[in-house]
Amino acid sequence: MRYRVLTAALAATAALQFACPANAADLEVIHWWTSKGESAAVSQFAKALDNDGHGDKWVDSAIALGETARSTVMQRVLGGDPPAAAQFNPGRQYEELISGGKLLDLTDIATAGKWDQVIRPKAIGSACLVDGHWWCVPVNIHSNYWAWYSKPVFAKAGVPEPKSLADFIAAAPKIKEAGLIPFAIGGDGNGWQIQLLFQDMVTEALGVAKRDEMYTKKSAEIAGGPEMKGVFTQLRTLKQFTDNGYANRNWNDTTNLVITGKAGLQVMGDWARGEFAAAGMTGVKDFGCMIGLNEAKPVVSTDGDIIVFFKQNNPDVEAAQKRLAALLISPEVQVAFNNAKGSMPVRGDVDMSTADPCMQKSLKAVEDPANIVTATNRFITENTNQQLNELVAQFFADDSMTADDATAKFATIIGNSD
Amino acid sequence: MQRSWRHRFHLPAVIGTIPMILVAVGVFVIGIGFSLLWSFTSSKLFPSYDFVGLAQYRRLWADNRWLVSVNNIWFFGLMSIACNMVFGYLLAVFMDQRIRQEDLFRSIFLYPFAMSLIVTGLVWQWVLDPNLGLQAAMRNLGWSSFSFAPLVDANTAIYALVVAGIWQGSGVTMAILLAGLRGVDEEIWKAARVDGIPTWRTHVSIVAPMMKGAFATAFVLQCVGVVRVYDLVIAMTGGGPGIATSMPAVYVIQLITVRQNVGQGMAAATMMLVPVLVVLAFSGLVLWRRKRRQEAAT
Repeated sequence: MRYRVLTAALAATAALQFACPANAADLEVIHWWTSKGESAAVSQFAKALDNDGHGDKWVDSAIALGETARSTVMQRVLGGDPPAAAQFNPGRQYEELISGGKLLDLTDIATAGKWDQVIRPKAIGSACLVDGHWWCVPVNIHSNYWAWYSKPVFAKAGVPEPKSLADFIAAAPKIKEAGLIPFAIGGDGNGWQIQLLFQDMVTEALGVAKRDEMYTKKSAEIAGGPEMKGVFTQLRTLKQFTDNGYANRNWNDTTNLVITGKAGLQVMGDWARGEFAAAGMTGVKDFGCMIGLNEAKPVVSTDGDIIVFFKQNNPDVEAAQKRLAALLISPEVQVAFNNAKGSMPVRGDVDMSTADPCMQKSLKAVEDPANIVTATNRFITENTNQQLNELVAQFFADDSMTADDATAKFATIIGNSD
Repeated sequence: MQRSWRHRFHLPAVIGTIPMILVAVGVFVIGIGFSLLWSFTSSKLFPSYDFVGLAQYRRLWADNRWLVSVNNIWFFGLMSIACNMVFGYLLAVFMDQRIRQEDLFRSIFLYPFAMSLIVTGLVWQWVLDPNLGLQAAMRNLGWSSFSFAPLVDANTAIYALVVAGIWQGSGVTMAILLAGLRGVDEEIWKAARVDGIPTWRTHVSIVAPMMKGAFATAFVLQCVGVVRVYDLVIAMTGGGPGIATSMPAVYVIQLITVRQNVGQGMAAATMMLVPVLVVLAFSGLVLWRRKRRQEAAT
């Protein structure tokens, strides 16, 4: 009798142990969400997976700087030890991972979750839907077309708050006279922040249609045209309004200059909003946001982040990966993540009434397809992207390089891009 | 000349060097072979065998950043090797004056070499950052017009790298040259003194030529260090501002890992191998000729 109870108890514990975590898995996720606002956002993903009721565990691999994180992922894949999941920007960064058969096909859970219907606008889904298969999960929509400014700085300099980049350039000398940095920018990671600014200016100068034509047709003619020379000239103008500590500064330290009222304005994607939120600021009285480089012509780009899942040759892990994929796009997780991150959710059927005034602007703009700008990453490979980074960063750093020279080099890169 | 094969190759010696031979063949020869092979292909992220001839080399030499990198390595190499040898020799002479606390000084001068360049590079970056380091400190002390920020200016950043390179490399040059100096027989100094030759003249005309071996060792070490300079640049400037301090090794790693362009990266790596091969071939030729002359003499 005594033994029978003991055996039953043992059997029960053994069964319990196998029943629950038999198919649980630890999932390592590599991402570059390392700033204060970003880590608050990514912890929402981790919390959701840890509490999914299957005993799965989020193993966080945060690597600062996008290009470093992406190259780490690629080296892990080449070495045959890919992480369970990894962050990329929607576009061509992971096209070789798809064609090389490295990614887990998510089509079955996408069909079950009706991703093709809930994800809006369609351009967001198309980054993951390749040849009828879903290869990744879009988790947010970020727009690169934003400028953030400090209201106290403009008040102190006695200039009106800007409604366009031209307004700002007109006001900048006054801010400089007031002993503040008019224009905040950083040159880390091969100059990606400068290229972000540059791409915003390109769209503004060429207009969406001509810009898309330049990238899709690889038109050296448009790329070498007078509008582009104007962009480079304006970029040189902006440079004189920066401080000389920009060279190695990362984007969130740059945002911090605006947050602390040391600098006037920063052009950066809406992930910067997460930094203001993490600093306890709202977009009503402390800081202002300018959508696009001209409030009269609001634009929203289809940038953002996607998560890919790598094939693992272990059915338990793959089941857990699919559970995570479904969680990432579920309405509750989307709201919690995007509110912390400063981005828009990828689905239109969620309640964003808690969003701040800046996000309300973009939620309004995204309704009109004419305001939507395709992300530059959709057109160009990482190779071309880095060449553009280098060109723009070199032009920004080296005052002896003329706008004509830079325009000619830009045309060569676009003409030779693949 | 009648030595048999067995005399030339001692069995234990052969067995002892087998691991080294395996590593050399496996890592270097095969690795270099694949680099060369892939430099003729259109490999992007994943290596492929789609041969495109010299297309990658043409793209490489048309790439602005590669040209800047090549210019930089020449400038950095010539400046830092020349200064390292001069400073290293002067330091060695100074240390050879039978000074007190010699061990302490030697440790201080060798310390930069013993530490990781990533750490020291970061410290240099902080010291030279206009908002954190020397400039900010001087301005806080009241010298508000003080301006010293070489790393953030595209024209001066390379000089800051050279200075950091000298700071790092002159200590080890000193150690090697000091060993060479100590190897010079005391009697030679005495003889020179008896003959009334000034000290500097003894150094230049007698002692330095006797230290040929030590100079060659220090020089080769410096050259190898220059060709593969990577961590110093990454820690101090990341290749910037813009691309002003990009170096070939930084370029190769960037192409392969970030730009997902293995073919062109391998072409750049192969180009980096060329000067090394030229130096090796030259020294091989010199050795071979010397040997022939010796054989002719006997």
